[in-house]
Amino acid sequence: MLRTLRQRTTFTDIVIWAIGLAIAVVVVIGTISTLRSGKYSVETWIDLFISGLSLGSVYALIALGYTLVYGILRMINFAHSEVFMSGPFTAVFVAQALNGAGLLERSPVLSLLLITLVSAGVSCTIAILLERIAYRPLRKAPRLVPLITAIGASFFLQYAFRGLFGSGIQAYPSIPALEGAWTLGTIRFFKTDIVIILSALAMMLVLYSIVQKTKMGKAMRAVSEDKEVATLMGIDVDRVIVVTFALGGASAGVAGILYALAFPIVNFYMGFTPSIKAFTAAVLGGIGNVPGAFIGAMVLGVVESVGPNLFLDGLGIPSPNQLKDLLAFVILVFILIFRPTGILGERLTQTKA
Amino acid sequence: MKRTFTALSLFVIVSLLLAACGGAATEAPVVTEAPVVTEAPVVTEAPPAAFECTDAIGCVTVAPDEPVHIAYLLVISGANETLGVDSRNGAEIAIADHGQVLGHDVSFTGEDGGCSAEGGQPAATRLAADPTIVGVIGTSCSSEARVAMPLLSAAGFSMISASNTAPDLTLAGNENQWPGYFRTAHSDLIQGAAAADFAYNSLGLRTIATIHDGSLYADKLAEVFRGAFEDLGGTVSGQGAVTPDQTDMSGILADIAAGQPELIYYPIFMPAGAFITLQARQTAGLENVYLMGADGLFSPDVAAGSGAAVEGFLVSSPDLTAFGSAYLTDFVPKYLEMFGTEPISIFHAHAYDAIGLMLTAIEQVAVQDADGTLHIGRQALRDALYATTNYPGLTGSLTCSPTGDCANPVIAVYEYHFVDGAGVYPPERIWP
Repeated sequence: MLRTLRQRTTFTDIVIWAIGLAIAVVVVIGTISTLRSGKYSVETWIDLFISGLSLGSVYALIALGYTLVYGILRMINFAHSEVFMSGPFTAVFVAQALNGAGLLERSPVLSLLLITLVSAGVSCTIAILLERIAYRPLRKAPRLVPLITAIGASFFLQYAFRGLFGSGIQAYPSIPALEGAWTLGTIRFFKTDIVIILSALAMMLVLYSIVQKTKMGKAMRAVSEDKEVATLMGIDVDRVIVVTFALGGASAGVAGILYALAFPIVNFYMGFTPSIKAFTAAVLGGIGNVPGAFIGAMVLGVVESVGPNLFLDGLGIPSPNQLKDLLAFVILVFILIFRPTGILGERLTQTKA
Repeated sequence: MKRTFTALSLFVIVSLLLAACGGAATEAPVVTEAPVVTEAPVVTEAPPAAFECTDAIGCVTVAPDEPVHIAYLLVISGANETLGVDSRNGAEIAIADHGQVLGHDVSFTGEDGGCSAEGGQPAATRLAADPTIVGVIGTSCSSEARVAMPLLSAAGFSMISASNTAPDLTLAGNENQWPGYFRTAHSDLIQGAAAADFAYNSLGLRTIATIHDGSLYADKLAEVFRGAFEDLGGTVSGQGAVTPDQTDMSGILADIAAGQPELIYYPIFMPAGAFITLQARQTAGLENVYLMGADGLFSPDVAAGSGAAVEGFLVSSPDLTAFGSAYLTDFVPKYLEMFGTEPISIFHAHAYDAIGLMLTAIEQVAVQDADGTLHIGRQALRDALYATTNYPGLTGSLTCSPTGDCANPVIAVYEYHFVDGAGVYPPERIWP
């Protein structure tokens, strides 16, 4: 028993486990010393936690696009960050026009719905065009080819939007209806955070039930399981793939508006950071897995928001908040060391291309 | 089908190759010609009356029908484009106002430095490779200057910045102080002290915190501000840093809030500056503290991007009212006429003066042949700029120090307002 264990453990395993252990020790020591210093009140932790959840919800909606496409095509759509950017960067002009007409103040719900629809529509269209023009001709090519194409498409879209709308920033007008907070005892819930979390949850539920309950969802799962057999069963694979891209695009567009509610400044480069985080979240949860993307995103959002103050502050590291991105990726490494397939694992078979 | 595809691919490859060769063919003469234009008179033609360059670091020769080439290295795209475009506008007005230099037009071309070291380095490399350039107007941001100046200084250029404010760029004996570097903007030793004076004496505050974004400018200015505030007798309750592209500031603000400051000074850029303004108002304990930025946040984008939270947001910046009367009666109308808008940032007048200094110095040192050819000694140009005294500029009377500080700095504090659902630009001047 002991011998087999020794035979199976390689030097690499030991190094990796040591790295994992070191991360765990740093996190635990940091947490204990931060909490013992009593620098932050309970309310502050709750504030940070909620803002982490709201950030996580946005990541979740973006991550969905990565994970759905990966589940079906076994391909990382690196241009998804631009699908995410295109929606809010276009809808900002609608928002500014609505604000100019005073509609944003008088009927905020209707205006927000309109803005969201425009954003989702644009992102959806871009995603479909991307699939049709950039990916479909390469469906039979080796897996690296569409990956490189995706990176090229990402640059193309970024600079196309830079050409269209300029390289400067555009600002979403402030929405009076969403200002302020609801309080429950001593805990404050900011309206923007609550709206973001609830909308993202609703959107996730809708998408999840499409995948699980509808005929199209069944077809998607079938294609994801085995493309050839699905074709033999009479499923129109091309159509399924288009629908997948459309769903991912629409959810990225909605995510874009939710992101802009929290951070109301948009530019052509805005997609990069949130999307790389969402991709991380998808891997964290187990890429190809819809609930996994959601859980991964929430974990990532909360770690990013609470982490620097909780883990690093107590260690006396100056400006821990500059290290929040680093922390997010270290946590990814940590989880992948112990669960290489992500939190919920890979439920899909590996055989299809 | 397959054959047509092969044929098509072949066609594409061949045409690409042809295009590549064509490009090389057209570009080749440009490469070889450039040195000929500048050095030919010096090296090859040597009739007795011809000019001989004795300048320690070389001369620029401008042929009779050629323009005097001034380049810019400014941020003209991205989140801080208003800063650089505003300076470029000011410079263009100055060139139009000045007219010809000894019978030569002025050509004004440039590179985008992106307001970062990563952008400044390649931009400066491209400029340094062009020997026709006499002088450079730039950079916009101190981080760009720190990496650009070693290259431009070695190329023999003189550079005048309209908006670099990091102290070390003109600090004698500092590794970041290079020969040929000048600025018409203030050093942040002055801005930081003025902002601290305002916070301590005018607002009567005793506890402050600062946030920087890791850039040379923000880091140094926050440091000067903290030092000056402590010298006055105040307390620094916290300091932190963010990254320029960070959006979620809740962690750093919770950290700052734990020290219970009365004012937070964050001399950073957009959009991170607006995100801090917005989110500070939602952080427990920071709802009513004073929020203050610096000249990097003097921009219409701040008013547009910070929502209702912009009300009461303070910025320290050059005092526009300290400028001569020509600024309002002459300069601003011209700006409006040429660019269709009021000035969009704060360093346009400084850029106007930078061009003024540069062209005046060129006229002083240039040697003109009978046919109109100009010879400009690079070291002579630097010497003339260092020797500038009481130049009547738009921003005041300018005198350059031996390290290139040419500014006549007067700092004011401005306050943004939020009226009728929109942030107001420009902000209101409230101090001194």
